[in-house]
Amino acid sequence: MLEEIFRDQWGRVLATLVGVLGDIELAEDAAQEAFALAAERWPHEGQPANPTGWLITTGRNRAVDRIRRRRTLTIKTEQLKRELRDSPEETMDETTVFPDERLELIFTCCHPALALDAQVALTLRTLGGLSTEEIAHAFLVPFETMSKRLTRAKHKIRDAGIPFAVPPEHLLPDRLDAALAVVYLIFNEGWGGGRVDLSAEAIRLGRSLIELMPDEAEAHALLALMLINNARSAARFRDGELVLFDDQDRGLWDQRQIEEGRSSLRRSLALHGRGPYVTQAAIADLHLEQPRDWEEIELLYRRLEGLTGSPVVTMNRAIAVAELEGPQMALEILDRLELDEYRYYHSTRAEILRRLGREEEARNAYERALELTWPGAEQRFLERRLADSSASARDTPTP
Amino acid sequence: MRYLLLNYTKAESTEERRSGEMHPGVAAVLERPDVGGWIRLQPAGSATTVRLDSRKVLFTDGPFVDSKEFLAGVILIEAENLDGALALAAELQELDVTAAIEVRPVLEQELGGA
Repeated sequence: MLEEIFRDQWGRVLATLVGVLGDIELAEDAAQEAFALAAERWPHEGQPANPTGWLITTGRNRAVDRIRRRRTLTIKTEQLKRELRDSPEETMDETTVFPDERLELIFTCCHPALALDAQVALTLRTLGGLSTEEIAHAFLVPFETMSKRLTRAKHKIRDAGIPFAVPPEHLLPDRLDAALAVVYLIFNEGWGGGRVDLSAEAIRLGRSLIELMPDEAEAHALLALMLINNARSAARFRDGELVLFDDQDRGLWDQRQIEEGRSSLRRSLALHGRGPYVTQAAIADLHLEQPRDWEEIELLYRRLEGLTGSPVVTMNRAIAVAELEGPQMALEILDRLELDEYRYYHSTRAEILRRLGREEEARNAYERALELTWPGAEQRFLERRLADSSASARDTPTP
Repeated sequence: MRYLLLNYTKAESTEERRSGEMHPGVAAVLERPDVGGWIRLQPAGSATTVRLDSRKVLFTDGPFVDSKEFLAGVILIEAENLDGALALAAELQELDVTAAIEVRPVLEQELGGA
């Protein structure tokens, strides 16, 4: 029970403390102390009426105390100087209604002046409440590396003057895209299981985003996209082996997540969303139907192509084209793309080549895909396809 | 907050640069109240680099980093936060006169008239 409250409250409490103290590191220490105290006291004294208020007030008072005691600390932020000057005890207590500054925090963490991997790590740490160790583990880097990455990012925010604010109107579209991209990146990195399920974490962040920005169609659409994909996770593997979409046991699909996803998609369409995430979510939704409306899917990919100019999107459109116009047309589209470093490009080409009976070229493509794939379920799947292709070649009489 | 904008010139047309006047778009930006000062430097060919090599002072011809793009000048600005500084740098960059602009927060400064 307490664990859950803490997970939910961490981002909220930290965000307000950053606003109050003007520094992420200070706010983190303050939040940590407050949560530790709560873990000690609440089981015995019972939960306070306003747990968020209690945590924020406690954290703040602790931070101010600590700063006062550390006389040699150079106070860098104007906010902090002001805090210490004004008498703290009277102005803030548990009944104070604290503004929710999580939006400010998300935009700070996803500022373009920070490297992308720093944006991702910082978002998970501050809004997600994951520990440095958990984040390091999730991204398969040493603890030291992740720790340094986070520290450097926090120092950059402080030293370069990255504002703790929601961006002004004219910057908001780009900045929102950046924040959504970070969340989606986290979702795609999801390893599913282990100590941290990044996909589940991304969905939590996605839900916070729509709570904080209820009128942003793209935010609703991103949540829809993540939920619709995540709903199928139980069916994606059978005995540790990859199962293709068409072979998945639909009984294992999480209907509740699909419903929530579809509801978010409807919301984004009601908000007149026409952006890339809305389009992607609509495609994901269409894929759930049996039989698939390939025409509509191809149209939406065309639209997405126009919006993003991404060759990966064109690659996916080619798959739809294969269903509508046959593998030859699809191959012509694929051959015009420059995606040599992308393993799915080669595996897609291989499948199309197989449909055209061009087994030897298919095998070359599988081999190229394998060069780009880490050991695991995906690799084993490609090896099976490769073996399958070799077997077909042996059985086919040479003309 | 104070920031220093370090302008790196494009690789080509160094001859034009030496004789050329300042781009009018740039000149207009430099007139603004949030610009505290600026310096245009002579091209990289005119630089001499001073280093220490086994405790001996060494002079070499040319800039510290030998590259096609070199430091052409600096601009000292005042901005509320990084977004303000980046907006100004972006405006200058859009004039397509520099290869890139590095935006660095100032730690401390002392600038006399010279």
